[in-house]
Amino acid sequence: MSAADEAEVIAEGQVVEAVPKRAMTLSTGTSLTVLVVLLLIPLLVKNFIIFQMTMLLIYGLAVLALNILTGGSGQFSLGQSAFYAVGAYTSAILMEQFNVNYALTLPIAGVICFAFGFLFGQPALRLSGVYLALATFALATAMPQLLKLGYFEQWTGGVQGLVVTKPDAPEFLENALKMVHLKMSQDMWLYYFTLVITVAIYLWSVNLLRSRSGRALMSIRDNEIAASSMGVNVALYKTLAFGVSAGITGVAGGLGAIAVQFVAPDSYTITFAISLFLGMVVGGVGWLPGSFVGAAFIIFVPNISESISKGLSGAVFGVLLFFVIFLVPHGARQVAIVGQQLAGRFRR
Amino acid sequence: MRSCQLHAAVIAAAVFALTSSAALAQKKYDTGASDTEIKIGNIMPYSGPASAYGVIGKTEKAYFDKINAEGGINGRKINFISYDDGSSPPKAVEQARKLVESDEVLVVFNPLGTPSNSAIQKYMNARKVPQLFVATGATKWNDPKDFPWTMGWQPSYQSEARIYAKYLMKEKPDGKIAVLYQNDDFGKDYVKGLKDGLGSKSSTVVAEESYETSEPSIDGHIVKLKASGADVFISITTPKFAAQAIKKLAEIDWHPLHIVSNVSASVGGVLQPAGFENAQGMLSAAYAKDGADPQWDNDPGMKKFFAFLAKYYPDANKLDGSVVYGYGVAQTLVQVLKQCGDDLTRENVMKQAASLKDFETDTLLPGIKINTSPTDFAPISQLKMMRFKGEKWDLFGDIISGDLSN
Amino acid sequence: MELFTNQILAGISTGAIYACMALAVVMIYQAIDHLNFAQGEMAMFSTFISWQLMQWGIPYWGAFFLTLIFSFVAGIAIERILFKPLAKAPVLTNVAGFIALFSIINSCAGLIWDFTIKQYPTPFGSAPFLGSQLISTHQAGMIGVTFLLLVALYIFFQYTRMGLAMRAAASVPESARLVGINTSWMIALGWGMAAGIGAIAGILIAPVVFLEPNMMGGVLIYGFAAAVLGGLTSPLGAVIGGFLVGIFENLAGTYIPGVGNELKLPIALALIVTVLVVKPAGLFGRPIIKRV
Repeated sequence: MSAADEAEVIAEGQVVEAVPKRAMTLSTGTSLTVLVVLLLIPLLVKNFIIFQMTMLLIYGLAVLALNILTGGSGQFSLGQSAFYAVGAYTSAILMEQFNVNYALTLPIAGVICFAFGFLFGQPALRLSGVYLALATFALATAMPQLLKLGYFEQWTGGVQGLVVTKPDAPEFLENALKMVHLKMSQDMWLYYFTLVITVAIYLWSVNLLRSRSGRALMSIRDNEIAASSMGVNVALYKTLAFGVSAGITGVAGGLGAIAVQFVAPDSYTITFAISLFLGMVVGGVGWLPGSFVGAAFIIFVPNISESISKGLSGAVFGVLLFFVIFLVPHGARQVAIVGQQLAGRFRR
Repeated sequence: MRSCQLHAAVIAAAVFALTSSAALAQKKYDTGASDTEIKIGNIMPYSGPASAYGVIGKTEKAYFDKINAEGGINGRKINFISYDDGSSPPKAVEQARKLVESDEVLVVFNPLGTPSNSAIQKYMNARKVPQLFVATGATKWNDPKDFPWTMGWQPSYQSEARIYAKYLMKEKPDGKIAVLYQNDDFGKDYVKGLKDGLGSKSSTVVAEESYETSEPSIDGHIVKLKASGADVFISITTPKFAAQAIKKLAEIDWHPLHIVSNVSASVGGVLQPAGFENAQGMLSAAYAKDGADPQWDNDPGMKKFFAFLAKYYPDANKLDGSVVYGYGVAQTLVQVLKQCGDDLTRENVMKQAASLKDFETDTLLPGIKINTSPTDFAPISQLKMMRFKGEKWDLFGDIISGDLSN
Repeated sequence: MELFTNQILAGISTGAIYACMALAVVMIYQAIDHLNFAQGEMAMFSTFISWQLMQWGIPYWGAFFLTLIFSFVAGIAIERILFKPLAKAPVLTNVAGFIALFSIINSCAGLIWDFTIKQYPTPFGSAPFLGSQLISTHQAGMIGVTFLLLVALYIFFQYTRMGLAMRAAASVPESARLVGINTSWMIALGWGMAAGIGAIAGILIAPVVFLEPNMMGGVLIYGFAAAVLGGLTSPLGAVIGGFLVGIFENLAGTYIPGVGNELKLPIALALIVTVLVVKPAGLFGRPIIKRV
């Protein structure tokens, strides 16, 4: 972790700083500990906390997707709420109007959002930096209005939204648990279901970024012109990045619809997209484990701000945010690096 | 022998009477209620686009402070726990679950916003926790069969719109109607009520324009509506846009019959900034007294209201209709809790809420009363029409009920 | 035909609002090469300050100039205290800072002045302009002031040393430092000027939309869109962009059947994105050349 690894390459038009590959994830030991903790928590806490943890995983997925797009391929996006909304509504409509099993709706949502993101990535190719931000911003503001359109009302429920039924744990599991006199609540089942999906997507993403495709993506982020002159198919990779990011966000959206049991246009406004963006910055741009730290920030810090001052909750939130970005401008990744350095010194 | 039997019978009867009245006098509590306190949950938009309504939560808190200072309800203090949902339904779900599962409140009272309430309705009914006196005028809260734990409070938007439709059919049967509405549940519910009320004459609506709250100004819509040649203009708008409409109408010299929805009829909050001279002749309907209207200066109910503000919420903007609203709905809850006596189970709370008979708050218009029953979960369904003249609203006509049948 | 001209005129009058805001956006972009999300809230807060001064009895123009000075100083102060420490931080962290600032200012304004709308006076009166019922004298005044500001900015950037120094500091900071320009203070100055222009925009817009803490949210989006459409390096482009957005939005709402009315903003933004795809630097912007 020397200074040379962290060297920032400033080139004309570059928006996202380079993150060395080694720093992309946690070490195996830490990862396993975190996983064990995540597995055991639901057995110890109330259903409400389990619900919050489920939302943490879901938002963490959405921030992870944004991390791949921005931290991985260097494309700035303020429009993730649109993909999340498409995923959520896909799941909701399939479940409520067409009686599709909830687990099946997730891959469908993912594929639809992948296509959507890929298509959006095409015109976005010509844009970068602040212009791309505006285009994604346009997408995010358009989505709630599209969802409210009278034309689609028979499927989307219009402004009233759709209520989604919460799934029970599958029969075989319930029967197995009955034999040891245990019962799994809906919340607990949904949590483990989400956890499995999250871990799977997380491992897949880490793998993606370590692979040749990931290196291609990151070379585009660092210096697009140099990458293209090296033979990287910039257009393909950039649109793929959008597609993958949108797909993961769509899956997160579907999970979100199931967990909250409700979808409505007002749930997916630009404010949500901005929250996801903040989650990415706080977690550390390009650092995948930080996505979950960022998700925790955007879920819990507003609650903390509210308990400090109801009238000024927004101001308290802003102050806390400033506090975080002053202390760790590179996000939680900085904390992890410091932690690893200390651990390294401790081992010696 | 017979006197012994009689004696025994009398003693038995007496013992029976004593123990059963003792049983009756037994206190019954659900989570959130105890000998000393009643926990009341609430969800309000203290931040976000609807933060203007956060003042309702603040008024309710102040009112419960007053009740506590005066001894509480049957000796129990109210512990009012209110959370912010920023008008985001997922956040509302989180806060509702927090209130019910973590804070363990007895009821969730006056949560605000149709999307937020729609999001938590299923959960509240599954958990059998009262979702009481929800702060939205959507018509769907009056459904005791499917959602026995959810009850509204204010007159529904559809019933208000039907009242306007009835009025128009009577007074302006050949009128051409232009409608400006907010593109959300509030606006769309109103338009439905209007069209239902007009029935076969709904073709008299010659122009409809919707707007988003993200639009800075609705002037362009007004221009378009004027071009339709309508001579009736119905403004289904929230305060800021209602004021803009009033102003623009004057600027482009268009003087249709101007009807505005009750949420934007506030003298201090809408008409004064827009200019009284521009608002002459406007129509609306009301169920509560307006704090800015001098005709209520000596009204005993409003005097109590102003005294309450002076002592417990001095920073409040008296002219803000939301403050009057908060007071009225809080007063209704206190009445329900009083009626519960020592049986503070959630079931009894709903039972008492569904047995309000001719209850009048300090702030309802004279003659308008709150009535509920096991099949009628709409506490207030009466309105009175009013016309703006000079610097205040003149109520006219009879108290009208917003039912479709009449 | 009459409806068409009416909508164009109405579009020009709403466009004036966007143009005003767009000027402030371009100003800050010229200074720091980013878009400041909190620009609108700063303008709103300044407008509230001027309103409060008038409530305390200070006449309109006195309040106006006092507010300008306050905004200028506040802009510099915010930059020095909050954003100078972030100068070495990544761009995205700075953007997070803008969002935090937005949150703080909006919340404070809500607490101090609450959320009910307030009437805001105009020095131009509200009578119909030249007999036209579609543009009031206030809106004509707004357009006039916007053009005045535009000319002043143009002269500043093209013909004064300070303006040139600021442009240099924003686009090529290393070279600017080499010729002795204090780039750090140029940024602060840029913030101050942007805050001042924002204050003027807010003061002009408030009479039309009514003053309240959430008044600038929608305006800022349109201001961004207009500035980007016109080219972020061109004040003239920003102003023309503002009018174009206003006109196009109204026409789309009127003439695109069915959905035109409900999708006004998305359609306007889609137009802008389309223009950007064809002309990535905006209509009047200087083309950006990327160097390896």
